[in-house]
Amino acid sequence: MGMTLAEKIIARAGGRDEVRPDDVLWVEVDVAMTHDSSGPRRFWPALKELGVGIWDPDKLVIVADHYVPAADVGSARILQTTREFVEEYGISRFHEAEGISHTLMVEKAYVRPGMMYVGGDSHSLTAGVLGCFAIGVGSTDMLGIVATGRTWLRVPRTIRVQIDHELSAGVTAKDLILSIIGDQGMDGGLYRVLEFGGEAISGMDIEERSVLTNMCAEIGAKSGIVPADSTTVSYLAERGVDVPEGPFSDDDAGFEATWSYDAAAVVPVVARPHKHDDVIPAAAAGEAWLTRAYIGACTGAKYRDLAMAAEVLAGRKVASGVLLQVAPASRAALRQAMENGVAQTLMDAGAHILSTGCGACPGIGTGVLGPGEVCISTTSRNARGRMGSPDSEVWLGSPYSVAAAAVAGRVIDPRELLAVPA
Amino acid sequence: MTTIEGKVWKFGDNVDTDVIVPGKYLIGDIEEIAEHVMEGIRPGFADLVQPGDVLVGGKNFGTGSSREVAPRAIQAAGISAIVAESFARIFFRNCINVGFVPLECSTAGAIEEGQHLHIDTDTGVVTVSETGVTHQALRLPTEIGEILEAGGLEPFLKQRIGGRT
Repeated sequence: MGMTLAEKIIARAGGRDEVRPDDVLWVEVDVAMTHDSSGPRRFWPALKELGVGIWDPDKLVIVADHYVPAADVGSARILQTTREFVEEYGISRFHEAEGISHTLMVEKAYVRPGMMYVGGDSHSLTAGVLGCFAIGVGSTDMLGIVATGRTWLRVPRTIRVQIDHELSAGVTAKDLILSIIGDQGMDGGLYRVLEFGGEAISGMDIEERSVLTNMCAEIGAKSGIVPADSTTVSYLAERGVDVPEGPFSDDDAGFEATWSYDAAAVVPVVARPHKHDDVIPAAAAGEAWLTRAYIGACTGAKYRDLAMAAEVLAGRKVASGVLLQVAPASRAALRQAMENGVAQTLMDAGAHILSTGCGACPGIGTGVLGPGEVCISTTSRNARGRMGSPDSEVWLGSPYSVAAAAVAGRVIDPRELLAVPA
Repeated sequence: MTTIEGKVWKFGDNVDTDVIVPGKYLIGDIEEIAEHVMEGIRPGFADLVQPGDVLVGGKNFGTGSSREVAPRAIQAAGISAIVAESFARIFFRNCINVGFVPLECSTAGAIEEGQHLHIDTDTGVVTVSETGVTHQALRLPTEIGEILEAGGLEPFLKQRIGGRT
């Protein structure tokens, strides 16, 4: 029997000819990422105690994205510690307030198809969009990797996620992944790797595909992966990286299951507070009145997300009583939005543009919610208190849905404002 | 043989790291964070826990972020073990790395709050003291057992550094 793409990458990184699901093995990491929150401030003291240097400064990427811009002295100290670490160990790929780590790993092509990539954050699996095996770990795991370049893995079973036909106008990758999570439940992919394919995936650009791999975290998966096709190859070529298509799963690989979905049947959906698998059509949200609309995070504030919001907001105004905040996922996304008028459209509609960074999504940065606030957000999680007060509520939706809700003052089907058939 | 005995605090399915340790507390140190553990789902929990108590969860315990302070804060609050029907994968790894045994028992849903558990961490047998009912936790692979035996990944690395891990 052949191997799935994930199994091939793990076998190669583990120095074996083949691996099978549930095998436990140590692997060599090709590239690792850690950030200001779970990074040096957590593992540096232990690294010093081990009395070793770091395994390879050229294979470690460090991003300051959670505590930027520093809103208090404690945050400023965390950023200083991060910079001191970068200086001490000569890390060249360090980015402060330049974007969210997961967005930068893709935008800067720090991962390549076939790589073994480990990031110190649960959304690290976003990078699987470029055909690498991407997993997230905690800070002591990252200590082990920073010190030795190795980590242990249990080989996950692979589920093929087959998306036939194409998404309709006004329907996005966010609606697709929320629909899948609603269907399978938030532990529906526990310990699995989800391999995406089919006509709808082929038709998406890298940014849209990355919403799918990003939110594999919200279904319990170990990783999500999109095998590198011509779209991936062009994306990387634009960034000076010349690679062929692939690698791919073998024809006779052992998939645990296939989840088949018809993209044409997907409609704009939202997840209700406080469970991201409590998913309903946006049109069925009822009288969900809002105080806040938030376009942010690695999930929902890349250039394409901002452009989708602008499509809805052009010539319109945010409803009275709603504050629309936009925290771009990277400076590059904001720059592109500024160059072609998207940022102007957002501001003309009344949006408040925040700094790039994780912002209010993890309840750490600026823009957090107070008690009684009701928010609709392009982010990925809505557990109680995630974005601030435990007495606030968060709905999750696509950039179209968030922008439309900002205009209407309540959750609606965005196709009402997009002039496309519902 | 390592045994743990303690009173049960019972939680449901999909307990998220955002309710175990809300993001606003991540800036602080572990003792401070531990005072707020589970605050998002059961305010005042840290004050109720007696050292040695056991936490029992449902499916997908610890889902959400990679914050290692989630298991560390539960540990620092005095909880001696976590038994759950299943664990979110990063939370599971984080438990092992901080030397906190995660006991995955598919039948854990039958355990009730206030009962007392007797846990043999070597065999993975969890016994309800009041009823004598036993639950078998999944056995961990040798490679992972070695890390737990060392007391977590950091002491494991200390032992192995210089050689091959």
